Parts: sequence; structure tokens; C-alpha cells
Amino acid sequence: MTQAVFWALIGMALVVLGLYALIVHAHLLRKVLALNIMSSGVFLVFIGLARRTPDADAPMAADPVPQAMVLTGIVVAVAATGLALALIVRLRALTGRTTLGDDMGD
Amino acid sequence: MSAQRATPRHGGGGVQAPAGAARPVPADTALPRAARVLLALVLLAVFGGLALAVLALAQPAPGLAAAVAGRIDDSGVSHPVTAVLLNFRGYDTLLELVVLVLALVGTWSVGRARGCAGNAPGPLLRQLPRLLAPLMVLVAGYLLWAGAHAPGGAFQAGSLLGGVGILLCLSGQPLPGWAQALVLRLAVVLGVAVFAALGAAAALLPGGAPLDWPPAQAKTLILTIELAAMLSIGVVLAALFAGGRP
Repeated sequence: MTQAVFWALIGMALVVLGLYALIVHAHLLRKVLALNIMSSGVFLVFIGLARRTPDADAPMAADPVPQAMVLTGIVVAVAATGLALALIVRLRALTGRTTLGDDMGD
Repeated sequence: MSAQRATPRHGGGGVQAPAGAARPVPADTALPRAARVLLALVLLAVFGGLALAVLALAQPAPGLAAAVAGRIDDSGVSHPVTAVLLNFRGYDTLLELVVLVLALVGTWSVGRARGCAGNAPGPLLRQLPRLLAPLMVLVAGYLLWAGAHAPGGAFQAGSLLGGVGILLCLSGQPLPGWAQALVLRLAVVLGVAVFAALGAAAALLPGGAPLDWPPAQAKTLILTIELAAMLSIGVVLAALFAGGRP
């Protein structure tokens, strides 16, 4: 197992863990955290697979295109998280709830 | 958000906090135990499929590293990631800056900023930013310059500037009056505006195309765009932390 595959597998595990938490947890803050874990996993897959180049031991041998895409993705993920948190705060201010759906037991 | 540390129960920023807010948070898991076990098994199978897909990608692949290395001399910078971000795949980066502005517009349209008003900074947090903020701005400038030939660039520098903004907000420094209305909004769109304007101007050159920098001027253009983008990214991140329109 090469280093690239190792990190890509870790990234896949993070994606699946995040997906589980996204489905199981009802609290929106936890859902946002789960989405962030999932995106971190995707970034790790990209960064890991960027090192599949044949001479992977040479310095700066990694494929720069996936790295640039991850750099883009991190910033977008942070911005989306900020927007999601603002929406959650607004939802709570309007309804007092921090979950979606009607099965609130009230 | 740690800003609410001092107020044990912030009532939704003073906006009509309903009586229901005092109700204990409902059971966090909406699913019964059996469903969760079933879900875990399904997701384990999903992970198996994904792992097989990754293992199928195991053999060395050249990717685009050679293509980037072949044209790096025309890009104006010597660091491949910066060359990809600001030159070879400039559209990605331009639209990413648009996404940042859109996220901020969305946040601003949801409510007013609560800022860090509920935060009572301790003595450390009141004094430390006076030392740290100038240093962080200096490091941001270094990162921006270093991005041409080493890891660094507008995004790293911009996030550092955003950190400066968050630190100043947490330490109770109010935004100066002149920076609250027009200047703030100009700073938010500066990166997109400079990037798009220079990209459009590149199309007017003979044989040019949008975002296609002429190699002789590429470094100047890239650094100009990165400077504007850094300022915008920093301001947007700090404004997102403040959490609403000023």
C-alpha cells in the first residue's frame, strides 16, 4: 500500500463517518460539523491521490492541480459553513428550534 | 462560536427569543437504535466500495504534474500550485472568490451582525492582539510574496488576515467608523473586481483570451490579483465570523 492510497483510504473513512453523523444527528450544528468532516475527507482523498506520480519521492513531485482544487475547496467549505451557521442562528431566533422537521414531540 | 462564553444562554442575539428556547434540546439522535445499526452496516458497505475504487487507482499515474512543469516558465511564478490557481485554472479561483462574496451576501441577508458584543475579553485577550495583529499582518504580506516560489499565496495570507479580524473582534476592538459602510463593501468585492477586470483586459490584447496572462507581465498581474484577493478573503472571513450585516 503506497502512501497515496493510505491517505486516500483515511479520507474515504472520514467521508463515511461524516455521512453517518449527518444522517443520525438531528441537531443542525452537528450536521454542519458532519459536512465539514466529509469535506475534509474529500480533501484528503485529493491530496493523497495527488502523490500518485511515478517519482513520488522527488520534492514537489506531487500533482499540483488537485492541490490547487483542495485549496479552493477549503475556502468554499469555510464560507459555506459560515452561511450555514448564520442560517441556523436565524432559524433558532425565529422558531427556537435547532433541528429540521416536525417530529419534535410538540 | 466561543464569543458567547460570557453569556451562558444567548437568546438568539436579542431577537424575539421564544419561550421554547429554554426547553431542553430534544434527543439528538432522530433514529432508533436498530436503524442506526442498519445504517452503520450500509455505510460500511459503502466504505468498502469506495475503498475498492481507491485501490483501483493505486498504480502510479502521471496526472498533470508534467503538463504544469512544462509550462511553468510561462506562468510568471515558479510554484506549481500558485501557477495552477492564478494562471492555468484562473476560472476556478475567480469563481471561488465569487462564492465567498455570495456566502457573505447570504449571511448578511439573514440578519444583523451580533459581532462580539456578548464577549467579555479577559486581560490577555484585551492586550495580546495589540502585539499579535501587526505581526500577523506582516506574516500575511510575507506569505503573499512567498506564494510565487514556495507554499503560500493569497488564500493562506487572506485567512491570516481573517484571523486578525476575528482576534480584534474578540478583543473588543470596534470597527472604525470609516470602515463600516462603503469601505467594507468595496473591500469585499475588491478581489473579484480586480481579477475580473484584469481577466477581461487580457482578452483585449492581440491574440489574447480571458484570464490568459501574457508571460512577460504574468508575475505583476498575478501579484496584483493576489493582493486584492488577499484583502477580500480576509475581510470576508472576518465578516462571516461577525455573522450578519453590519
